[in-house]
Amino acid sequence: MPRMSTREDLERARRLVLAGRDPDAPCVTVCGGTGCLASGAGKVVAAFEHEIESRGLSADVAFRSTGCHGYCERGPIVVVEPEETCYLRVKPDDVAEIVTETVAGTRVVDRLLYLDPATGRKVARESDIPFYRHQRRVVFGANRKVDPRSLEDFLAIGGYHALATALFDMTPAEVVDEVKGAGLRGRGGAGYPTGLKWETARNAPGDTKYVVVNCDEGDPGAYMDRSLMEGNPLGVLEGLTIGAYAIGAHEGYVYVRQEYPLAVENVLIAIEKAEGAGLLGSDILGSGFDFTVRVHRGAGAFVCGEETALLLSLEGRAGEPRPRPPYPAVKGLWERPTVINNVETWANVPLIVSGGAAAYASVGTGGSKGTKIFSLVGKINNTGLVEVPMGIALREVVYTIGGGIPGGRKLKAVQTGGPSGGCIPEERLDLQVDFDELTRAGSMMGSGGLIVMDEDTCMVDVARYFTSFLADESCGKCVPCREGLRQMHGILARICEGGGREGDLEVLQELSEVAVEASLCALGKTAPNPFLSTYRYFRDEYEAHIRENRCPALSCKALISYYIEPELCKACKLCLKACPAGAIDGERKRIHVIDQERCTRCGACLEVCPSRFGAVRKISGEPVPPPLPEDQRRIARASEGT
Amino acid sequence: MSQIRMLVDGREVVSDEGATVLEAARSAGITIPTLCHHDLLQPYGGCRLCIVEAETGGRVALVASCVHQVQDNLVVRTRTERVDRIRRTLLELLLAHAPESPQLQELAATYGADRNRFEQQASFCVICGLCVRYCAEVKGKHAVGFVDRGTRKEICFVPEIAVMECATCLECFPLCPTSYAQAAYVLMKGLAPR
Repeated sequence: MPRMSTREDLERARRLVLAGRDPDAPCVTVCGGTGCLASGAGKVVAAFEHEIESRGLSADVAFRSTGCHGYCERGPIVVVEPEETCYLRVKPDDVAEIVTETVAGTRVVDRLLYLDPATGRKVARESDIPFYRHQRRVVFGANRKVDPRSLEDFLAIGGYHALATALFDMTPAEVVDEVKGAGLRGRGGAGYPTGLKWETARNAPGDTKYVVVNCDEGDPGAYMDRSLMEGNPLGVLEGLTIGAYAIGAHEGYVYVRQEYPLAVENVLIAIEKAEGAGLLGSDILGSGFDFTVRVHRGAGAFVCGEETALLLSLEGRAGEPRPRPPYPAVKGLWERPTVINNVETWANVPLIVSGGAAAYASVGTGGSKGTKIFSLVGKINNTGLVEVPMGIALREVVYTIGGGIPGGRKLKAVQTGGPSGGCIPEERLDLQVDFDELTRAGSMMGSGGLIVMDEDTCMVDVARYFTSFLADESCGKCVPCREGLRQMHGILARICEGGGREGDLEVLQELSEVAVEASLCALGKTAPNPFLSTYRYFRDEYEAHIRENRCPALSCKALISYYIEPELCKACKLCLKACPAGAIDGERKRIHVIDQERCTRCGACLEVCPSRFGAVRKISGEPVPPPLPEDQRRIARASEGT
Repeated sequence: MSQIRMLVDGREVVSDEGATVLEAARSAGITIPTLCHHDLLQPYGGCRLCIVEAETGGRVALVASCVHQVQDNLVVRTRTERVDRIRRTLLELLLAHAPESPQLQELAATYGADRNRFEQQASFCVICGLCVRYCAEVKGKHAVGFVDRGTRKEICFVPEIAVMECATCLECFPLCPTSYAQAAYVLMKGLAPR
């Protein structure tokens, strides 16, 4: 694309792109997000390219490989415009049929459509699928409309209109006021008001200032920042450029973890394209404003998501948090005023500038405005990324959008906010999801992870797992976090292994308190949340482990046993063959017995025992009944006359 | 430079702007315990033993006095029940590593810390970083550094530098509250190529 040196050039380029596109012509979109790529989207893309080419349809049919659509559970996802026909779990072998029926013809391929379990009907349009229908995809929705490497696609959806508005119609102070008025709060974890942060940096003395994108997303199971960066890097860069203009920065950094190769690649391409088109670099769109962006690859430490650690890492030093104040907005990168915001926060900025603060603030709750992208994972039917208005009930996210819990199991808790978030129990599921409500419930918004847990999940084990993660990922600088977590993990692991003692819970509480009060950074201050929230809502599970040697969820291996009910065993040998430890004794017509000494509690026997027999039972907190004496194990059948 | 007036344990303390609460309190003869602090080194804020209650505008916060700067009308309390309780737990966590450290034992006596409260740990390093920071900030040699992070973090001499620099220095040994620096140095010598 030729270099644009005025605002008119931008609008002319946009008109040119739009004029070359017929909105009624067929366009095939394949999700090329990380989730879909993992389920084979690469081959589907190749198959489409081949099919369209070999049938000579290239001139009439547009094809686009986009970023993540969100419904990762059902990938690879294909959407055919203009009808918005959505095909799920598409395989390369399905491509010829889709091209014949839907692209060249006007029929749908019924077998690849979404089947609504509630109505039993097939759903053809993507936006009619319940998973999408109840979302509000104002930020994330752009992903599915653009090829992340195409500036033309980005212009076609109105890209850079917000930047032009900021540069030519607004003063930097007005941009800050607009963001303040919108009530945007940081999407990375703490929820600090973005506009205030910008204002502090803008007013801080000094000519050199920086803006930074925090794409060091490190929560297990969370991938919204990754998907935004992979799917719509130009949207993030536009927000960043607006922020730079607002605070008076001329240099920006994108800190992205090395484990996100596609995000690194796409943002580098986006920077190159934007620079080539005069949308980054010197004298952007002829406004006189200069701004360059560089990409820094992080080595993937969780703690580098903490802003002061990230900035030190960016300077080439060890990624350890430093005390605040001074805050980065006053003294950040190389001691200069620095605004550091998370990917999703930056991606919200163009919306605010384009649509105005009032429109933006019309969505959400009193203290939390706009939408939030969550990664919905765990024991949930519709795994994926969802964008919902702030204030939505957690229950709606889990059941209406997420489609409930698989296998008819009961929901136990939803873990929100990443490893240092907390668990919200089933009975609190009606709470409104926003920054303040989640904090009040003993959890936090974090960067937006939602891990759904069913009744088979042991909450003590959950606390143990997250504490272990945090002990590993702590930077190790301050004592309450490093040593406190070490001891907390030791105690939690011991409880899970059946060695819980009276007094353990009091020690855990004390260590939690010290970590919250005395840790240097937010990682340590929030690290006890996994314990504190599970203790608050599931104290009985802790007590059962410690006092009765019982794991109520039948999950902690050291506290459970597998047992074959002699009256139900049909001596079918299935479990005997499946047992990897050779711990099951028996033969045809002889009742099977598990040798508890050799059993490794892997559960293979329970899995293979036919449900019509239901002979294998998991028990906890009670002694295993003694094995049937040898001479009583023979199954006598009436027909055999014995 | 303007003078800052604040209240520490009920006494008025005057200090220069830009000083830390720890510096101001110590110059007035008020004791605040520290482990990772050293006058020649940049404030670190790692051990958290110097934590105090700081009240400003009616809001009480716990701050690490070694890094928290003085401000006018700040009210500092160095020995409240809450502060003592935190220090006691922190000491107990450190004693799990180094029960024989004289410095820790002395503090343990003051705060009633039980050296056997937590399970004994294999390493007796308390990761105060004095050796690492002294070598870097005062000597400019970087002969000893941190490796790894979180609960696996430890200090380690860099053989290539240490064999050249350390024999004539060893100034980090007396700084170490647990004599782990010596142990790590001996270990390095045993492993270093001759």
